[in-house]
Amino acid sequence: MLVFAIINWHSVLFLMFAAAACVFALLVLLSDNIVRMAFYLTLALGATAGLFMLAGAHFVGAMQLMIYVGGTLVLLVFGVMLTAQEGFITMKTRGGDWVLAIAVGGSLLSLLIVAALYFPQEENIEQIQTEITAAETHATTPIGLALVGPRVEKLDESNETLRGGMSGYLMPFEIVSVHLLVVLIGAAYLARARRFAPRGGG
Amino acid sequence: MADWINAFLDTYFSWLIPTAWETPGYVVTALIQVALIIQVPAVGALIFIWMERKISGRIQDRLGPTRVGGSFGWLQTLADGVKLITKEDLTPGKADALLFKLAPYLSFAASFAALLALPFATGWVGQHVNVAVFFILAVLGLEVFGVILAGWASGSKWSLFGGMREAAQVVSYEVPIGLCVIVPVMICGTMDLITIGNMQAGWFTNWLVFHDPFTFCIFWVFFTCATASVNRAPFDLAEAESELVAGFHTEYSGLRWSIFFMAEYGSMFVISALAAILFFGGWNGPLPIFHMLGIAYDAVGEPIRFSGWLANLFGCLNLILKATIGVTVMIWVRWTLPRLRIDQVITTCWKYCVPIGAFMFVGVLFWTANGLPSPNNWFPQRSRGEIREAWVLREDPPTDPRFGEAKMARVNTGER
Repeated sequence: MLVFAIINWHSVLFLMFAAAACVFALLVLLSDNIVRMAFYLTLALGATAGLFMLAGAHFVGAMQLMIYVGGTLVLLVFGVMLTAQEGFITMKTRGGDWVLAIAVGGSLLSLLIVAALYFPQEENIEQIQTEITAAETHATTPIGLALVGPRVEKLDESNETLRGGMSGYLMPFEIVSVHLLVVLIGAAYLARARRFAPRGGG
Repeated sequence: MADWINAFLDTYFSWLIPTAWETPGYVVTALIQVALIIQVPAVGALIFIWMERKISGRIQDRLGPTRVGGSFGWLQTLADGVKLITKEDLTPGKADALLFKLAPYLSFAASFAALLALPFATGWVGQHVNVAVFFILAVLGLEVFGVILAGWASGSKWSLFGGMREAAQVVSYEVPIGLCVIVPVMICGTMDLITIGNMQAGWFTNWLVFHDPFTFCIFWVFFTCATASVNRAPFDLAEAESELVAGFHTEYSGLRWSIFFMAEYGSMFVISALAAILFFGGWNGPLPIFHMLGIAYDAVGEPIRFSGWLANLFGCLNLILKATIGVTVMIWVRWTLPRLRIDQVITTCWKYCVPIGAFMFVGVLFWTANGLPSPNNWFPQRSRGEIREAWVLREDPPTDPRFGEAKMARVNTGER
């Protein structure tokens, strides 16, 4: 009983989920069977959802499961299943890809490590907590508003030059949407292109 | 529940357990929750499989199992289980051995994990998730992974066809299911299943299915899509035993095969229980007996110590009964309707369920926004808004003290 009381279960569970996420992410890289890669990716993303749940962000966790694991990956596995026949089932990563991937992934990792190591430690944790609690009410509202137009945090900026970007993220958001639409139309066109072959005289 | 058990232990067993020791209450509570969750795939699956055999027998003018365990064949499933355990565990030579062996567990884990967030009565839930509806749908959607991987990893064309059909079907049916689930969420203003269930307390007229004509229609859309999403006939194209031998589980034998079926019956129960909570009042019976006696909940919706616990126990039985009725209807449908073709399945989804769902959603929106009457207006027992206010105030107390006190007082006195 005493042992159970001493162990910090939150940390244990965190380590379990984090280890699962890392190990399966590595397996995605190291495996050369494309279906197994998809399977390991499922488990890695599922473990990430577990980390969100552990942090109390139930909605984000469920969203992760719904969109990435349940939606995107089902489509991915479906596509892989249709295309990956004998010849295409193994996929070797070439040397150049490794270099590129390590450059991109490594820079992101170094950024995250810096952020994690320079996070202010316990001495002012109380202050941070009050700041977070103050900011938490309707935390997503400014982001949502910024997407459709006004940047509320820039409204009371006195410096004229810093007030730039008041129009929010609407323009980039729309460009991305139109880009997606172009991709969709292109995909539909490519998929249908073969059928334009002889239609015959009835 | 833990507090109540601790109080009980303090009163009657103080000679055995020290009064200040709170662990036993929590341990007993945890055991009750675990037992509730495990009974669904373990005991529930045994009973549902027996029911399926008996009901299918009666529908086809046969007797069904009659020998094992008395004249009703009570123990037939247990005998089947023993047979399945002793069968040889085969892996085909062409199969991807790792994925082939893991697929059934993946399916089962998904259906089992959904039970964690399923409340059986007020506060009787493995893990109280405030977006439980969304969580359950997301996790149940993962069950398809096991089926797809099983289909691919078997190295057999029948299995591959089964897996592909399952993928196409499940991805399509997630859309109308989402549309249908949004309606109760919109009326109640929360995704917390416990609050949704509590808001339907009172007469059966307070159940969301009787809220207005649109919710009544959308329940049937939901049930159709639910049947399709748990891969039951007439939507069981992934199995389709007359076309694909046995579909995705053609190559499975013994215990691995039965794990797929435990997952299937488990998710049938979960989706029926979800339908019961969202549309049929959850753990609230048709007549508010405990509410009439005034012994179930206090003004803020917390169960009263002993009688409230008893009400919750009956509520739990109520929910299990409702979910079992849902499973029975699914069995009845399976043995009555012929299987659809794959194009008919997709047509049913995109050309019927989605437009009907969308229309009903707009209808409910119109009805709620205009405050049109609902049958519960003639049987007012406990208004929906009152519970909702109590819940919102408890979760997020207002910062302005005057506003808060006035509202809190109104909630506490139960004034409408």
